[in-house]
Amino acid sequence: MAKIIRKDVLTPQIKLMVVDVPGVARKAKPGQFVVLRFYEEGERLPLTIADYDPAAGTVTIIFQEVGKSTRQLGELEAGDDILDFVGPLGKEIEEKQFGHVVCVGGGVGIAPVYPKARALKMLGNRVTSIIGARSADLLFWEREMQEVSDTLHVTTDDGTYGEKGFVTQVLERVIKAEKPDLVVAVGPIMMMKMVSLLTRKYAVPTLVSLNPVMVDGTGMCGCCRVTVNGERKFTCVDGPVFDGHLVDYDELLTRSRSYLEEEKRALESWLMKKAQEEIARA
Amino acid sequence: MPKERLTGRPKMPQRPVKQRITDFDEVPTGLEDWAAVGEARRCLQCKKPPCMKGCPVDIDIPGFVALIAEERFDEAILKMKEKNSLPAICGRVCPQEEQCERECVLGKKGEPIAVGYLERFIADYEREKGIKAPVVPPPNGHQVAVIGAGPAGLTCAGDLARLGYRVTIFEALHSPGGVLVYGIPEFRLPKAIVAQEVNYVKSLGVNLEVNAVVGQTMTIDDLEEERYEAFFIGTGAGLPYFMNLPGENLNGVYSANEFLTRSNLMKAYLFPRYDTPIKIGRRVAVIGGGNVAMDSARTALRLGAEEVCLVYRRTKKEMPARIEEVERAEEEGINCIILTNPVRFTGNANGWVTGIECIQMELGEPDDSGRRRPVPVPGPEFVIPIDTVVVAIGQGPNPVFLKSVANLALNRWGYIETDTETGATNRKGMFAGGDIVTGAATVISAMGAGKQAARSLNRYINDPASFPQWRE
Repeated sequence: MAKIIRKDVLTPQIKLMVVDVPGVARKAKPGQFVVLRFYEEGERLPLTIADYDPAAGTVTIIFQEVGKSTRQLGELEAGDDILDFVGPLGKEIEEKQFGHVVCVGGGVGIAPVYPKARALKMLGNRVTSIIGARSADLLFWEREMQEVSDTLHVTTDDGTYGEKGFVTQVLERVIKAEKPDLVVAVGPIMMMKMVSLLTRKYAVPTLVSLNPVMVDGTGMCGCCRVTVNGERKFTCVDGPVFDGHLVDYDELLTRSRSYLEEEKRALESWLMKKAQEEIARA
Repeated sequence: MPKERLTGRPKMPQRPVKQRITDFDEVPTGLEDWAAVGEARRCLQCKKPPCMKGCPVDIDIPGFVALIAEERFDEAILKMKEKNSLPAICGRVCPQEEQCERECVLGKKGEPIAVGYLERFIADYEREKGIKAPVVPPPNGHQVAVIGAGPAGLTCAGDLARLGYRVTIFEALHSPGGVLVYGIPEFRLPKAIVAQEVNYVKSLGVNLEVNAVVGQTMTIDDLEEERYEAFFIGTGAGLPYFMNLPGENLNGVYSANEFLTRSNLMKAYLFPRYDTPIKIGRRVAVIGGGNVAMDSARTALRLGAEEVCLVYRRTKKEMPARIEEVERAEEEGINCIILTNPVRFTGNANGWVTGIECIQMELGEPDDSGRRRPVPVPGPEFVIPIDTVVVAIGQGPNPVFLKSVANLALNRWGYIETDTETGATNRKGMFAGGDIVTGAATVISAMGAGKQAARSLNRYINDPASFPQWRE
């Protein structure tokens, strides 16, 4: 059991939770993730660690409510318990001084890129960050990212906030102005693919953090397999951070859509049940 | 009591095929009292019982069988539990035909005593009556850690608790049982039974920490700091092997581990009541010939597949699965495509698997395993059209824990190297056993290793000098 000690609504669909898990907080490192299951019938939901505080014994998770599980999780409040909270899992990002590092966070990917930016900044890197979202109401942690970056750029696809356009447009400008030594990108698969294509053109080393369909998260099921440089890797134990230039994104994209129908079905049957409960209550 | 006279070994009653393939309830229903007693009375009560030589955990087989013959069931279960804390599990999934029953004198000329059926009978009898809490000895002041709550770890922990140790089992998943919960399907081993046997181990005073991934959540060094004096590693063989064929990452291609974990541990067969989905096509192919392949095929059938086939590169004779399991699978309509080896998976434009391209095989000379090696027959490739594939060709050692321990000696297959007599690894105070040492084997051999390690661990705590390899 892990108690939720704080909950913030970052945007209508994006929630932040600070969870009391001293064992996980003690070991957490940037780049790692946790798996949680919040009730008996629930699935094992992998979420990247957005922040951690070993002294306080807490781990912060940020998630966007998309399917049934994330919506249900979003209904929990401070004081509620999460049944299972496993971690930290996966490998940490290499912490060293690279020089000029660009951290790119897309959508809910801003959350996992944050601890990486902070760690890299603390190691003496010059950090330029680019965060982007579809629109202003999906954007969060601008101030937090500002605090751990020397320069911060903000984009929205629809221009409702910051610069109108994609993170890649800003990234290309940054690369041309001062070629970075490393790019770290976390976000939707398509965004990571576009970033990787761009940085390959300019020969900038790039790390991406993958988030495929996963079950156990400990290297046991092979569900999260991904092709990197022609080799089969298990994201949960070999990653989740990989060399962005070597990932087969098209395969990853296809595999990540494996359960779209089922996810829809689960969500619909849950919403139906909720509606019925509400009618019964009224 | 016997209301019918038995003329020989009883048949295990099982639910009719038509009924059982529609649900996940257990298939064999267990012997009735009269049949169990009758069977127990066939036992010759050998002075030097050969059956015991075939049992990795040294159960007093003639002893418990004699008590069943005398209808003293309460005593029979106590006799059993002197050596085996998990009889309801062993009575269901042990390959008795290759162990105790193979050695039975009666088997030389006729049919051996159905030791497995009797073991299950006595365990089920106790469960129905309510399991009594065992007598737990006073603590001996020593603390040990067991990594992995599978059959090896549970057995080792149970035996150590009975010696007065304070034992904590660290389990990576949210449910204890290891392969018993994620691997073996409900219809072969009901999870309520696993839970009950785990509770028995807990009632011996064993602590259980789930969601604890040793190697990630904590390391052996951390546990040493917490004053754990010795360790048993029973992390199993949970790394799925793939064939490395083109198209193997297409949607609809599962490892058996994923397929069974979704269905068993996560209860995907109850989707959407349970949140974890599983995708099943009209035609399913399972690649492999072991028990895991049988379990996968029978699971696929129960999940609603119309046609399920097994694709195996040798013949039925070489299949590593238990004969009983192959028979049940075939009864249920699973088709064995033998002497056939996949070379590639084909898919559609959306990235879903549509077929397996195969080549014909024949058997050549025996290989390292003693089985005749399958060799390709020259000829055209042919396609088996399918919607779902389950790759069940074996498992390896999961690297998460192994990578976290400095200088732990591994063998050339990546499993932990141990002293065969004691289960000792090259790391001081660290013992290992079960699939993480032998590679995928049976539940009972893992339990045997857990038992052996518990004995060694006890000796190590009391007399460290008797392990000269660890002298500083």
